Amino acid sequence: MAEPATQSNPTEDRLATLTMPQNGWADAARKAALARVREMGLPGRRDEYWKFTRPDSLTQPDAPKASLFHNDEGPLFDDMDRLKIVFVDGIFDAEKSDDLTMSGVRIDRLATSADIHWAADLYGSLEADGHYVQRPLAALNTAFATDGVLIHVTDKAEKPINFIYLHENETSDAILHHVVKVDAGAELTLLETGPAAARFNKSMEVDVADGATFHHVRAQGRDHERRAITHIFTRLGTESTFKSFTLTVNGRLTRNECVIDIQGDDAVAHVAGACVGDGDFHHDDTVFVTHDALRCESRQVFKKVLRNGAVGVFQGKILVKQGAQKTDGYQISQSLLLDDDSQFLAKPELEIYADDVACSHGSTSGAIDEEALFYLRSRGVPAGIATDLLTLAFLAEAVEEIEDEALRDALVERLEGWLERHRG
Amino acid sequence: MLNIKDLHVQLEEEDKQILKGVDLTVEAGKVHAIMGPNGSGKSTLSYVLSGRDGYEVTSGEATLDGEDLLDMEPEERAAAGLFLAFQYPVEIPGVGNMTFLRTAVNAQRKARGQDEMSAADFLKVIRAKAKDLKIDADMLKRPVNVGFSGGEKKRNEILQMAMLEPKMCILDETDSGLDVDAMKLVADGVNALRDAGRGFLVITHYQRLLDHIKPDVVHIMADGKIVKTGGPELALEVENNGYADILAEVA
Repeated sequence: MAEPATQSNPTEDRLATLTMPQNGWADAARKAALARVREMGLPGRRDEYWKFTRPDSLTQPDAPKASLFHNDEGPLFDDMDRLKIVFVDGIFDAEKSDDLTMSGVRIDRLATSADIHWAADLYGSLEADGHYVQRPLAALNTAFATDGVLIHVTDKAEKPINFIYLHENETSDAILHHVVKVDAGAELTLLETGPAAARFNKSMEVDVADGATFHHVRAQGRDHERRAITHIFTRLGTESTFKSFTLTVNGRLTRNECVIDIQGDDAVAHVAGACVGDGDFHHDDTVFVTHDALRCESRQVFKKVLRNGAVGVFQGKILVKQGAQKTDGYQISQSLLLDDDSQFLAKPELEIYADDVACSHGSTSGAIDEEALFYLRSRGVPAGIATDLLTLAFLAEAVEEIEDEALRDALVERLEGWLERHRG
Repeated sequence: MLNIKDLHVQLEEEDKQILKGVDLTVEAGKVHAIMGPNGSGKSTLSYVLSGRDGYEVTSGEATLDGEDLLDMEPEERAAAGLFLAFQYPVEIPGVGNMTFLRTAVNAQRKARGQDEMSAADFLKVIRAKAKDLKIDADMLKRPVNVGFSGGEKKRNEILQMAMLEPKMCILDETDSGLDVDAMKLVADGVNALRDAGRGFLVITHYQRLLDHIKPDVVHIMADGKIVKTGGPELALEVENNGYADILAEVA
């Protein structure tokens, strides 16, 4: 006699593999987050918000294997003065990290049992507020994050902080959660580098107070088979600045969500990304910017270079609430398709309830400009190098969003290296 | 130097014959001019020689110092010493003029087995050559041809030619869109490159460019063929009487 088919529940199947860490101050927030996960359920293929990206490998109980990829590139930003905080497969490594002290900043580990009042108020709260669209994988992260750091920026940070994510185990399944609070007038540059884990679920909540500045530059590399779902939740105060740039090379699946809530007048929020993918590569940028204050500026600039069947996704929304007059919102997403097999799927959205705003958005897919290519070749530049030059030119608008020249040059060098290795 | 024999070319996309048996030889040290009415195939000839897509050579040959041009990629033709000054130089946003030129110079040197030029040496050379063509530092830094005036674009073509030092230069209607002063500047740039080892093929509608770049030989092209060849006086004849008489005479 055949067994009756049991109704499987993907959310419970996943939750069954996880243990909620106990550390006092965050327990209530974790339990509330777990309740949100159960209420929403993990994303499935029929979810509108996951229409272009299959969530299966991000939600399944165990991480799919991702072999390690080595090349001869040295560590990124290695010649820069920065405070290094190293995670190996999602686990903090004190030995590889620098001493976690510097002027202008207080750094604690998420796993601390000390009661960090500001973090207790913030942990999970920006994530919980960020569900204009359901983000169950972020709630899952809040509930089960095993590591991460709490950064309280009280002044201008002495130097950038660099999270370095090393990947050494082929089946590592890491859940990290960072919380950053930038006090009024304070400044921090945060760098994130490395492939992190076979499967990486990372959240970062960033509270940028009045007149504060937060710069974020991230380079997601490098391992071809890794998967990642990341979220940034940020809340911006009056006259504050938030700027985030992400470079992504390789990776079977990456979804970067950025949820920006502009609450203070005259604030500026820029989020940008450049990615290059060859073959089995799926990259999804999902952005949600809410304007709920006067005279704020937001910019979204995303560029994708895709070849050999690589897939790029962009879902970007600007929501201008009633009364958010003089909003200046800009959004551009473009792809350069280097062959007929690659594809770019874009869903730009504007939702505006104020009558005195300037919002623009554009999305394009294109091939290499044959006229320009011939012009370069006619001057003796070989086709491969000419294509690289035009590809870098295409990415330039996004890359130029990085204000710091040294950081920008370091990332451009990575891009050049990648293009050279993947010359068609 | 440049030898073209019985060259037949049609468009790839449609069955339309553009060149119908072109024969032409340009010797080292000489300036040849090709004149002809619109649609006679002058620009097509320059594109086919430089390797642009979209044309099919159905018969004939073109060689540069004995090397088969038609069998090479565009960059190989450039490295072999061929240079085309475009009628419409292409704007390339995001690629700096200087980066572009240095990449081109070094790619050609590499293809010829020479050492690459250092950044410092390159800068020294390009500054001197740019100055002669009244190209300022800002134009060198800007993206290739982006926001350049018509005259600036043509001067930029001549700068590229001066930096790449080709053996065989083809100028495709370099006078189009230029006022008298700009034309003089461009012509001076070209004349400075005249050399016993270098050939020129100057394609133009009008005689006035040839007042400044004095040709040794003038060809008249019509309906895909060279129909008449003569000395500089042939250009004056065109200027005075138009093409009609010449075409009637050879018909």
